[in-house]
Amino acid sequence: MKDHYQLVIIGAGPAGLAAATIAADHGVEVALLDEQPAPGGQIFRAIEAAPVERAEKLGPEYRRGAKLVTAFRDSSARYFPDTQVWSLSAHREIGVIHQQQARMITAEQVLIANGAFERPVPFPGWTLPGVINAGAGQILFKGSGIVPSDGVVLAGSGPLLLLLAWQYLRAGVKVKAVLDTISRVNYIKALPKLPGALLVHHHITQGLRYQQTLKLAGVELHNGIRDLQAHGKKSLESISYRHKGSKHRLKTDSLMIHFGIIPNIHLSQAAGCAHFWHKRQQCWRPELDKWGGSSIEGILIAGDGGGIGGARTAEHAGRIAAFRVLHNLEILNQQEVNHEAKQDRKWMKADLRIRPFLEKLFRIPDSMLKVPHDNAIVCRCEEVTAGEIRSAIAAGHSDSNQVKFLTRCGMGPCQGRQCSQAVAHIVADKTSIPLQQSMQFRIRPPLKPLTLGQLANLYPDETE
Amino acid sequence: MFKRLDESPLQTVTVVINGRSVAVPQGESVAAAVLAENIGYSRTTPIKQQPRAPFCMMGVCFDCLMVIDGIPNQQACMVQVRDGMRIERQHGSGV
Repeated sequence: MKDHYQLVIIGAGPAGLAAATIAADHGVEVALLDEQPAPGGQIFRAIEAAPVERAEKLGPEYRRGAKLVTAFRDSSARYFPDTQVWSLSAHREIGVIHQQQARMITAEQVLIANGAFERPVPFPGWTLPGVINAGAGQILFKGSGIVPSDGVVLAGSGPLLLLLAWQYLRAGVKVKAVLDTISRVNYIKALPKLPGALLVHHHITQGLRYQQTLKLAGVELHNGIRDLQAHGKKSLESISYRHKGSKHRLKTDSLMIHFGIIPNIHLSQAAGCAHFWHKRQQCWRPELDKWGGSSIEGILIAGDGGGIGGARTAEHAGRIAAFRVLHNLEILNQQEVNHEAKQDRKWMKADLRIRPFLEKLFRIPDSMLKVPHDNAIVCRCEEVTAGEIRSAIAAGHSDSNQVKFLTRCGMGPCQGRQCSQAVAHIVADKTSIPLQQSMQFRIRPPLKPLTLGQLANLYPDETE
Repeated sequence: MFKRLDESPLQTVTVVINGRSVAVPQGESVAAAVLAENIGYSRTTPIKQQPRAPFCMMGVCFDCLMVIDGIPNQQACMVQVRDGMRIERQHGSGV
């Protein structure tokens, strides 16, 4: 790895791969850094290594990823797998850990393409072994061909629940139930957005096909569930939920949960990029111009890390951002990049038509986001409950950072990735300060754990 | 509980999970190998000694911390299995 590149891209999912390929093909010296051992991101995880029969079960959308990865492999972009980024400054200094060694590199342009992760929604029992994210279930499937052995329950909200249940059925896995929080109100609110969504009807027909397959296979499908809880002593034994006014209990040792995905903004926050609360997507996202440029010169963001749009949109956004980079590096002029980006803009616009509908339909109920149960653990690392957070607020600690100082909520190894949203929701609820005006946890490097040895060797030339 | 799909055999390496030798596919993450072994929990928490297992599988939640080759606090979902690797449950802070 060199000390400097014209363009450093962080993340090897669809956005990063597409951007790296375009930039490299125009002669830019590109380094693509990624935490995973192989390219594809979470969506196309293990796309090069997955046996044909597994890829077949995962479906055609998954197999699309192979093209992107091949084009990237054929480009001159330098690829650094197993590489973590622990710092990013506004001056485009990037702290990396590569082959156990921490070091600083710089870039003329930085593209953050590190995607999204599953929205953590705390509820009683969600920390029990046996409860796992649905996305994690999919990673196990894609990466290892590992699936639940019997009678898995999928719960939460979002298209991924249906997709994963469908994939499991294809693999012969018994799915006990799919429990979604979407209610009649969601359907009514989503209805006006349906005509736009129908323009990209393949998404909708796909969803309906999944649903039909599941029903035919005898999977219990319930919408409008509330008050999801997981029970067990050392690991999951059963789950409970309310549906149509009555309480239900299901025996299972495997619960997969999913509440949509939210942008991974730790890097853009650390760099100091401006962010805003996006009401429809119920998450914070960076302020971006139409090229993916952030509020900081030379730092661009593409893909789900800039706002949730899905894999296809990420690919287009990656290319559009790469064209902006080519302009910033004076390789193409404005007219040329306008022209080059035209097709991707068109496809991206079409692909995004489904989003307003999905956002309304799969909106997570506010009552869940503010963690109503006092005994629910909010901070998985420091084991801080919703009740403790509410007590802190009642004692006058009226923003997320004050709650953090008092309770240690957000100070564990995950550095608040799993609890910051829930804390913000609880604070907003108790103080009546709207989320868009509320203060988030301050994010500071190192964003990944570094050993003292790695820190001490950061500048080996300067030590005596 | 988890199981492996019946797929064409891949190249394997041998790792030791909590003292038991197991053959696992090359290139797999430690967390995946551990989940497929169904050991129940992979760590206990430092504060309330509660059992935990891998949760996000993508490096963001840090719930899969384990002792790998004697070094505690390794993110099992971010480390690939290697032949001869010793993987152990982590108790509390691990230090």
